[in-house]
Amino acid sequence: MKEIFTIGFFIGLFSATLRMATPLILATLGEVFCERSGVLNLGIEGIMLFTSLIAFLTTYFTNNLWLGVLTAIIVGILFGILMAFFTVNLGVSQHVSGLGITLFASGLSLFTYRQIIGSPQIPPTIETFKTLTIPVLSKIPIIGPILFDQYILTYIALLSIPIVSFIIYKTNFGLSLRAVGENPEAADALGINVYRTRYVALIIGGGLMGLAGSFFTLAYFNMFLYGIVGGRGWVCIALVIFANWDPARVLLGALLFGGVDALQLRLQAIGFNIPYQFFLMMPYVLTIIVLVLVARNAIAPSSILKPYRRE
Amino acid sequence: MDEIVLMKNIKKRFPGVLANDGIDFYANKGEIVSLLGENGAGKTTLMKILYGLYTKDSGEIFIKGKKVEINSPKDAINLGIGMVHQHFTLVNPFTVTENIILGLSSNRFTINIETSKEKIKEYMKKYEIFVDPDAKISELSVGEKQKVEILKILYRDIDILILDEPTAVLTPQEVKELFKTLKILKEEGKTIIFISHKLYEVLEISDRIIVLRNGKVSGERDPKKTNRRELAALMVGKEVFDVISLTPSEQKDVILDLKEITALSYRGHVALKNINLNVKGGEIVGLAGVSGNGQKELEEIISGIRKPLKGKIFFKNIDITHTTPKERINLGIGRIPEDRMDLGLILDLPVFENLVVECYDKNPFSGKLFLNYPKIESYSKKLIEEFDIRTPNLIVKTKTLSGGNLQKCILARILSMNPEFILAAQPTRGLDVGATEFIHKKLLEVRDKGGGVLLISEDLDEILNLSDRILVIYNGEIMGELKRGELTREDIGLMMTGTKKEDLHATT
Amino acid sequence: MPLPKFRLEKRESVPNWFRMALPFIAIGISFIFSSIIILFAGKNPVTSIYSIFYGALGTRLGLMETLVKATPLILTGIAVSFAFTGKFWNIGAEGQLYAGALAATWAGISNFNIPSFLYIILLLVVGFIAGGLWALIPGYLKAKLKVDDVVTTLLMNYIILYLVTAILEGPWRDPVTMWPQSIMISPNAEFPKLLQKSRVHFGLIVGLLVVFLVYIIIKHTKLGFNIRAIGANPNASNFLGINVTKTIIITSLISGGIAGLAGVGEVAGLHYHLTENISPGYGYTGIVIAMLGGLNPIGVLFASFFFAIIITGAQYMSRATGVTSFIADVIQGITLLVLLAMLILYEYRIRRVE
Repeated sequence: MKEIFTIGFFIGLFSATLRMATPLILATLGEVFCERSGVLNLGIEGIMLFTSLIAFLTTYFTNNLWLGVLTAIIVGILFGILMAFFTVNLGVSQHVSGLGITLFASGLSLFTYRQIIGSPQIPPTIETFKTLTIPVLSKIPIIGPILFDQYILTYIALLSIPIVSFIIYKTNFGLSLRAVGENPEAADALGINVYRTRYVALIIGGGLMGLAGSFFTLAYFNMFLYGIVGGRGWVCIALVIFANWDPARVLLGALLFGGVDALQLRLQAIGFNIPYQFFLMMPYVLTIIVLVLVARNAIAPSSILKPYRRE
Repeated sequence: MDEIVLMKNIKKRFPGVLANDGIDFYANKGEIVSLLGENGAGKTTLMKILYGLYTKDSGEIFIKGKKVEINSPKDAINLGIGMVHQHFTLVNPFTVTENIILGLSSNRFTINIETSKEKIKEYMKKYEIFVDPDAKISELSVGEKQKVEILKILYRDIDILILDEPTAVLTPQEVKELFKTLKILKEEGKTIIFISHKLYEVLEISDRIIVLRNGKVSGERDPKKTNRRELAALMVGKEVFDVISLTPSEQKDVILDLKEITALSYRGHVALKNINLNVKGGEIVGLAGVSGNGQKELEEIISGIRKPLKGKIFFKNIDITHTTPKERINLGIGRIPEDRMDLGLILDLPVFENLVVECYDKNPFSGKLFLNYPKIESYSKKLIEEFDIRTPNLIVKTKTLSGGNLQKCILARILSMNPEFILAAQPTRGLDVGATEFIHKKLLEVRDKGGGVLLISEDLDEILNLSDRILVIYNGEIMGELKRGELTREDIGLMMTGTKKEDLHATT
Repeated sequence: MPLPKFRLEKRESVPNWFRMALPFIAIGISFIFSSIIILFAGKNPVTSIYSIFYGALGTRLGLMETLVKATPLILTGIAVSFAFTGKFWNIGAEGQLYAGALAATWAGISNFNIPSFLYIILLLVVGFIAGGLWALIPGYLKAKLKVDDVVTTLLMNYIILYLVTAILEGPWRDPVTMWPQSIMISPNAEFPKLLQKSRVHFGLIVGLLVVFLVYIIIKHTKLGFNIRAIGANPNASNFLGINVTKTIIITSLISGGIAGLAGVGEVAGLHYHLTENISPGYGYTGIVIAMLGGLNPIGVLFASFFFAIIITGAQYMSRATGVTSFIADVIQGITLLVLLAMLILYEYRIRRVE
């Protein structure tokens, strides 16, 4: 046992934790925007899956990784607009809208991949991003390889946290956003356009989810698999609550869940006795526990799930 | 005195009621004008028209001498009009500062809390309204929240402030502070329109009082030259009318007994303070009062959907304080809720199911598992006939029925179970004369057969017509009890607006 | 020329013809959108859609397969419909199906020495209980703690999926093939076939029976009355004395149980063992079925057959036209969104603003 848990093991583990936390951070930040404006976006799982496919296909056909990222973001934004159409314009159930989008986007992913690529023996792969090794800093013992030898998308994700935090807490848009999420009537009475604010929030959210999606196929893995997102979208829903809708705390939760992800892979390789599935289950069990605790405290943005319609 | 607001011949109709029937209203610069009246008198409607939340059907509005059209709150704010509503429009997790600067068109891309705070503090000093600018709204008392609402308006350089029942949720101390603030605002040249039904306060703070009744101006007075009695008469009328002569009924034992009931409202303030009341068999007890003085909470407590903070309820000497609605139904308590469409009926279900919804689970309407539809249907047919409920058939969705027939459904359902006690909350609100008379008849029947009725109503005529005993509620307290015919309408009006029964003689 | 402006105006009541026509209009619109996607794939949408229907209904083999596919769909559809009627948003039918399949497999591979008809009943009973319990957890949390049922039922799907995978890769792994699947269940536990030379099995009868029972429950029992009342107005129901908490809990149990039966059917009637992919998403399709069927047992029956046709036909179509069978999943997702958009027309009508 002791031979397994070497320094090398832990460096590998923490480095992988940061990697696997990347899409969680980005998508959760996107969901924070949505929910802060009062819209629960359950389309996150489907959007991440479809955008990961778009990123893959774009890169596969153009050999340009950044173009792949860009198209993923654009498609994410389009889905954000779709969600906004249902929840803001039509004012229908946010639950079913999000689920409908996930079902639609998932089905579309299956269809598009199979239609374009078919089912070859060896699925096509692409050249993914390489990790960006920051000179000098990456040579620092232990911390170096963990923090300064990561994909550029990971650095972007980490930078997003202070940026999103700034937007939400220090800008006029952020103030209006939070007001709309808590008390849209009050915001409306003061002249804030509730519909437009929610649209913008869903667009930003969709874009971030698209960025997260691109990470799966352009960095984490070099091909598209149907199960590549594997339910992490739902974990993000929990992370938002875990982070108390605060961008800074998203990092903590993402690292936790990313760590569990990274750990179970390694334990599997070692041949640990407990089936790795129990670790995979953990995020979902934890999510339910978090939801139960939250239900007692009701700290969500108060207008969430209620469509706003001025009579 | 220069006129700053002039509203001429304002008319506004809502389905079924003429809320403003040709009202003329004016306010001068630096004046505190009070709009006095009962519920439904039209005061809030008139001011919502001024603030752009409602559009008038006809009439003209002049602000500072210029004719204007006000189509939205934004228009009103641009004209210098601001309104503080009964229900605050504040964002709870935000600080005072954040609430005040929210949505300002002068806000830039990034917000600077510190500079805004300094500017707000200047306003606070100028108008002597002090709140901690860094405090979160959720931490503030109701009085402090109101201060924030007022600061919000002043910060936007408003000259005309409309306050809608501002003292409804304030403690006496907070009322004092509010009045101090209003006097300072007056000195700064602001105009204040004060909507209220509380005579003591209106007399204390106003420069001029306008009384509305049934959508019309019933009088304008100088507070220095009038008294509470006169104002109460203007509010509720002095006319003598025909009281239905009630056969004196033999009163029996106490059926419903509320002892020292204290309860909170959903907003968190104390809505009922140590209420003691009882209803005996064979009598109708009327609870008079302006809406919003605790009636809703009282109804909820008796119905079983709200638990009191303190106190107990007894039904025929059984303690029912902690029983469920179902248990109360089974004991023989009938409840006609104020909210007939959202609580009293399940509108999407067919008529006949609503007629049995409180008894469908018993013999003969159902066995252990199954419902006995033939029995239910024939029973409903009988009820529809007996109560003359106008419906094309049994199975249409209840929501297609008109208001009067909806209420008849509720009544039919309850009365068919032969309750010993009925709680009737605003039972004839919005109904036509025919439906109203029908319901009154049925309530009297219950009384004559020995049952007890607690009638909660804003309609003073209804109370005076039907009650054997009358209680008046104000600010969550009972102002006094009177027997049928004991006091005049004015007296009751005075009690409804803050005078305790024992103080009635000293009302000039 | 400026675009005509529209606004939404509240309706008073929904005309009956509209209520009947809505699912068909929704299907029509969803076919239009799907056709656009097929066009993008460079294929002919008309022949594709035609071949879906031909493949599902035009040959004996196709028709039999359609019935086979309809079997679990009827059950998940009615399970979700039952739940939705009482405003219990059961998104977890997929997981409850797996719970039922798991329990049935356990009973099946335990090789009890009992006659066939008893064994089949045992499988159905344990499957129902397992599915019911799996739904009870979110149901209880909603009833007592007001925890959001959409998210909890959904999360339970992932939990049980991992549980099943762990068991199939662990203690139940087939020792002969070493694949992650269970050994075969006892032949005594197998559902009988309904038609010779086809895969249509007893599960279909179970499905039809359950639909009938649900119809009876909703329309003729006290429980059904409570469920309908709560579905229409939970506040009024509470005021009028209905025990909302108890009803939600019972609703979740029954709904989960029915979905569990779908799992039993797939194990005992079709595959005779448990695999990781025993359901390609029948639980989720059940949601679309429930909504397409208007939460009405007859409607759900028709909607189940409709999707059975789509799924079966899509297989045929993919061989015939080269459009991948996953178009079925696309149609499913689009139908749900279109239905959702159209439901707004129940409350509002569109008026042109001059």
